[in-house]
Amino acid sequence: MDLDDTPEQAAYRAKVRSWIEEHRDEAPVLRGENALTDEDEIVTARRAWQGRLAEAGLAGATWPKEFGGQGLGPIEQVIVTQEIAEAGIPGILDAIGVGMLGPTIIAHGSDEQKSKYLAPLLHGDEVWCQLFSEPAAGSDLAAVQTRAVQQDDGSWRLTGQKVWTTNAQFSSYGLLLARTDADVPKHKGLTMFIVPMDAEGVTIRGLRQISGEAEFNEVFFDDVKLPADAVVGGVGNGWGTALTTLMYERVTIGLGGEGFGYSADRFREVIAADPVAREDHEVRHVLGELSAELLGVRFTGYRTLTELQRGQIPGPEAGLAKVTIVSCAIRAGDLIADVLGPEALEAGSEWAYMISFLPGLKSAGGTEEILRNTVGERVLGLPPAPRLDKGIPFSELRTKEGAGA
Amino acid sequence: MNLALSDEQEFLREAARGALSRFATVEAAREALEQGPDALPDLWSVAQEAGWTGLLIDEEHGGAELEAFDAMLVLAECGRVLAGVPLLGHLPATALLASSDEAPYLAELAAGEKRACYLPACPPSDLDASWTVDPESGAGRSPAPSAAPAGDGLEISGRLHFVPDAPGADLYVGVADLDGEAVGFAVEAAQVTVTAVPGYDATRRLGHVSLAGAKATRLSADAAALAGAWHLTQALIAAESVGTVETALDVSVEYAKERHTFGRAIGSYQAVKHSLTEVLRQLELSRSLLYYAGWAREGNPEEFPLAANAARSMAGRALDTAARTMISVHGGIGATWEHDAPLYFRRAQLTRRLVGGTNLATDRVAGSLIEQAA
Repeated sequence: MDLDDTPEQAAYRAKVRSWIEEHRDEAPVLRGENALTDEDEIVTARRAWQGRLAEAGLAGATWPKEFGGQGLGPIEQVIVTQEIAEAGIPGILDAIGVGMLGPTIIAHGSDEQKSKYLAPLLHGDEVWCQLFSEPAAGSDLAAVQTRAVQQDDGSWRLTGQKVWTTNAQFSSYGLLLARTDADVPKHKGLTMFIVPMDAEGVTIRGLRQISGEAEFNEVFFDDVKLPADAVVGGVGNGWGTALTTLMYERVTIGLGGEGFGYSADRFREVIAADPVAREDHEVRHVLGELSAELLGVRFTGYRTLTELQRGQIPGPEAGLAKVTIVSCAIRAGDLIADVLGPEALEAGSEWAYMISFLPGLKSAGGTEEILRNTVGERVLGLPPAPRLDKGIPFSELRTKEGAGA
Repeated sequence: MNLALSDEQEFLREAARGALSRFATVEAAREALEQGPDALPDLWSVAQEAGWTGLLIDEEHGGAELEAFDAMLVLAECGRVLAGVPLLGHLPATALLASSDEAPYLAELAAGEKRACYLPACPPSDLDASWTVDPESGAGRSPAPSAAPAGDGLEISGRLHFVPDAPGADLYVGVADLDGEAVGFAVEAAQVTVTAVPGYDATRRLGHVSLAGAKATRLSADAAALAGAWHLTQALIAAESVGTVETALDVSVEYAKERHTFGRAIGSYQAVKHSLTEVLRQLELSRSLLYYAGWAREGNPEEFPLAANAARSMAGRALDTAARTMISVHGGIGATWEHDAPLYFRRAQLTRRLVGGTNLATDRVAGSLIEQAA
């Protein structure tokens, strides 16, 4: 049992570290003195930086070599992430594209799609967004209502709305799940598309959150014309294609661990700095409990890495790590606000931002309730709740829901 | 990066499971509640045959010279079947002896011909300046026994309460205060008065230990080793708790699949499913913290106190959650002696209060982090 690198991993880490040392001055400055503040400038600088990382082999380390990756394992990806975090410099801008959407295209896309889209995605020349969730399809993703209708010439017309779309405001493309057949059960009538975000009929609108910032978007599609070759993975196979994306999302979360930035080391500082709080038994009890959980998550991450190294894919239990990280961070934010008082909620406070951000994060990437259902069924083997949508054509389902069934 | 069990560790675990399966330990736990500890099977001979008695003693003295994590694997198996093998007392005591020069009886202890009992003393923290032991009652902790020089050795006086595995041990190993300095000591049974305490969980053999000028051997173990015995005990209790939680969860999940209400299995209801996944969540975190403790004990000893306390804290919570969920999933029957659930509940409630208790471990997690802060 050890947490050390193998000699090969140590050599790889040294290589990564020396590249970062040599090039860190080129990285965009996002914090502290001389930090960039204009959002467009930040995005431009981060895209260029992603390009530098990609040229150096530090973006998409796990991508196959033929698509510009390094053909390495998840451990090497984690080493890159750790070294970038250690150096305190930004990583790639398009983590969703490189971590989830690119791999989906690699798995399901046509040769033309792979040669056209993957290289610009990896290098940050074209940012991608994930167009899955809708106002009425989140936990129940297969209930998407955005419609794509095929025309006589084989092209498609797309109409509907997506929501919670990160990075849409500066994305070139989106990977979009749409309904192409409403007369079959809902998982069967779905198709995945590549949508140019500058196409006529696409409207992107920022969605302000509790913090006041707009990190997500709503995206509207009004009779958007898509060519026949915009389909990824075949007409009617959208659900299977989406599952691939969601599997990569789990891997990203499973390996992310403390990537959220919520760690025992960070929260302890506030408590330690307060002479009364640090001796208060209730404060210590809460800090002790949530820190034990966060330390546990760190080692759960190491266990996941061990499994990945042995060629196993993380299962749905990785979702429990997300539940723990979010619930502990909520508890920590609450504790810190109790200790610091209203000051913790002042504009510009890192804690005000965290406290505002977390209620939404609880639902992001699968609500806590859905994650617990999935884990209960897939890990513990408990029976699913009876479903009223099995085998029923999607069009009839909507009528039934309207009737209160 | 490798947190997988080695082949030897897999074998150790399977062998432990096999050895303990020859006894009806859970049934014995129930009988012992009515008939007293004589109803419990003799598991010391199992420990002896399996070589657990010498797990943490070096090969030179006849031990297996394994790691704390290996001991934790054995304790987890004991916890799974509520087996009262007196290793919580023996293993930390032998670890402390093994880290001292000229410790008495190591070969006999390794062979299990003699049994040692650790007298748990909690090291100072950012809030407590002195070593303390568990009190007979109340929220305050008692001072550790005091030592006075006597010839080559020491004379020890003091009282400790609810000491696991105290009744019937041959050698008692602990920590005493010698003019403000912590020293390790070992005393033979004849020097000690032990009053057996009937446990709320009858598989636990607890005793109040009284030392009145007991003639003791002074141990050369340093302060880190003295504190290490306390933290090793925390890690072993955590491991044992993890095993108990595993069984409580397995039994509860099986029942939730079989028991039907309103035409469907109760495990299909979200309220039941979510309470069981909460047990799983806490179990997985506890298990991960066992790895942390095992890793820190070997390679990063300065992190071992934090790791062991975090494991104890998390596993104590998991134990309570699992035992209570087991009862609620089973409904009314779960709260009766018709079912095993009360045995797990008793185990959980008593364990959470022993050797400092879960809450002290939780407080120490915070204490370590506050001390580490910039």
